[in-house]
Amino acid sequence: MEPFRTIHSIITPLDKINVDTDQIVPKQFLKLIKKAGFGQYLFFDWRFEKDGKARRDFILNDLEYKNSKILVTRDNFGCGSSREHAVWALLDYGFRVIISTSFADIFYSNCFKNGVLPIKVSKQTLQKLFETKSEIEVDLENQLIKFDGTQIPFEIEDHWKKILLEGLDDIAITLTREDKISKYERSQANTKFPAS
Amino acid sequence: MLNITEKILARASGKPKVSPGDVIFVNVDKVMVHDVSGPGVIAVFEKLKKGGMKIDRLWDPDKVWVAEDHFVPAADKISAQNIVLLTNFTKQFGIKKHFKYGMGQYGICHTLSHEEAMVSPGEVYVGGDSHTNTTGALGAFAAGLGHTDVAYVMLNGKIWFKVPETLYFKLNGKLPDYVMAKDFILKIIGDIGTDGAAYKTMQFGGTGISEMSVEERLTLTNMTTEAGAKNGIIEPDQQIRDYLAARGASKYNEVHGDADARYEKVYEYEASELEPIVAKPFSPENIVVARELSSTELDKAYIGSCTGAKLEDLRAVAKILKGRTVKIRTEVLPAAMSIFRKAMDEGLLKIFMDAGVVVGPPTCGACCGAHMGVLAKDEVCISTTNRNFPGRMGHVESKTYLASPLVTAASAVTGKITDPRDLK
Repeated sequence: MEPFRTIHSIITPLDKINVDTDQIVPKQFLKLIKKAGFGQYLFFDWRFEKDGKARRDFILNDLEYKNSKILVTRDNFGCGSSREHAVWALLDYGFRVIISTSFADIFYSNCFKNGVLPIKVSKQTLQKLFETKSEIEVDLENQLIKFDGTQIPFEIEDHWKKILLEGLDDIAITLTREDKISKYERSQANTKFPAS
Repeated sequence: MLNITEKILARASGKPKVSPGDVIFVNVDKVMVHDVSGPGVIAVFEKLKKGGMKIDRLWDPDKVWVAEDHFVPAADKISAQNIVLLTNFTKQFGIKKHFKYGMGQYGICHTLSHEEAMVSPGEVYVGGDSHTNTTGALGAFAAGLGHTDVAYVMLNGKIWFKVPETLYFKLNGKLPDYVMAKDFILKIIGDIGTDGAAYKTMQFGGTGISEMSVEERLTLTNMTTEAGAKNGIIEPDQQIRDYLAARGASKYNEVHGDADARYEKVYEYEASELEPIVAKPFSPENIVVARELSSTELDKAYIGSCTGAKLEDLRAVAKILKGRTVKIRTEVLPAAMSIFRKAMDEGLLKIFMDAGVVVGPPTCGACCGAHMGVLAKDEVCISTTNRNFPGRMGHVESKTYLASPLVTAASAVTGKITDPRDLK
């Protein structure tokens, strides 16, 4: 994964509560199994008319936000199905940061596995972010969101922070200890385990 | 001091005790994927292989099991292909427990987890599906994971968790006639909200739970997902032991919470005060008593899913439909073949057919809007399932009301949302 340091970007304000993973990637696309290319299905039913034309009133279709890397949205983002495709789609579309007051648990974990940073903020901070028009900076190293002359600290578990800063995933981290694993396996080569 | 979830996690992580907030590595006992998360895991494996990792074996193929449920019978060419992919995967890695569509027992993964006793009390069980929480009713720690986490467990047999805080829901007294576990869990979700238990354990107990059947308890834990819970759990008792023994499982190490177990919060409910409840579109927390919606016209009734198509759910539907006919199109999809068979043996299928209902094969089907009876624009459905988000069961402008099997069946008879107590 690409290491995560700081992100400078304008935000895309998605003013919705309880956005579930089926809104993020509708079920008809779950059958596709390549991790790449899901961006085109992101928020599919909100983004496109039945005939495939872009809906002009949906925020992602506003050219102003075309290069935004930060999605700001309301409470309980990512609830519902555990489908990891939801994070794949957000990342593939270009979002590296999602800011909300709360996230659904499985979605929250899935973000880190794929190099996306979910940030929980207070209702007040979220409201300020919805109102700002300027570019903001997300500084992971120092755990700060900087915008309009203010700096808002955010919490993140050390483990997750390390994963993002180094661009590792859980399995890659395990593999950094491959020498120890191999040594242990060799030491157990003649050990017989009970069958059940 | 420790509650059942903390005790299971302590044991699985080899620690004498754990506390909420602790980050621990636990040994997993069982892991499950289905025809959506399985191909997802395969995609993760492919990515790892591209990165130079050698993947030629799993941690323990006997602890991995596979279900085909979301897109069976194959909904189209791609889903047919995914079943082939999944089959090749289980062959390649020597996974023996693969419940295949059209070859005896198969069904919705969460239903198989208890019908086939795939999970035992005291175990740590994870699956590539958000409703994995269901199986916690057996007294196990059961939680859903994303594809990458499942891939990790399949390779290493371990996963890390942050020990959750526990919310305890105490039910005093037996549920009244015509009120089911579904009404109770909808009431709870209405009270605490769809993120009311975010990253927390929801534990159920009290005399009302002791008196509740195993299948009804499974409805409670199933829908803990809808309140954002990490897991749902109930202390195992004689009913669980009998249920599992009837399914060939008797050797396991039960875990129980300490008498002075700590809970973050305790919620108490009097069973006698509960009523048939319906969750309106577009959220399971959007609850009202069924009687308030008696003028709501419906197009369809759906009785299916891991939540609402277990044997007792079908019995409840049959109790209402016996000698009556449905006024709107109605489907019953038993959640597993074993349940389908019992429904046949008990004569329930005849009651359904006499009522004009279509009986279909086990599948997640229209519950997740996948196939097999999805909704058209503006159609209104009452359903025994677990989610009613926009477009969940079909068109993004369709509407789903969530209800118990009794309310759903009564509504099928009248064509409007109906409290079963009011059915003539």
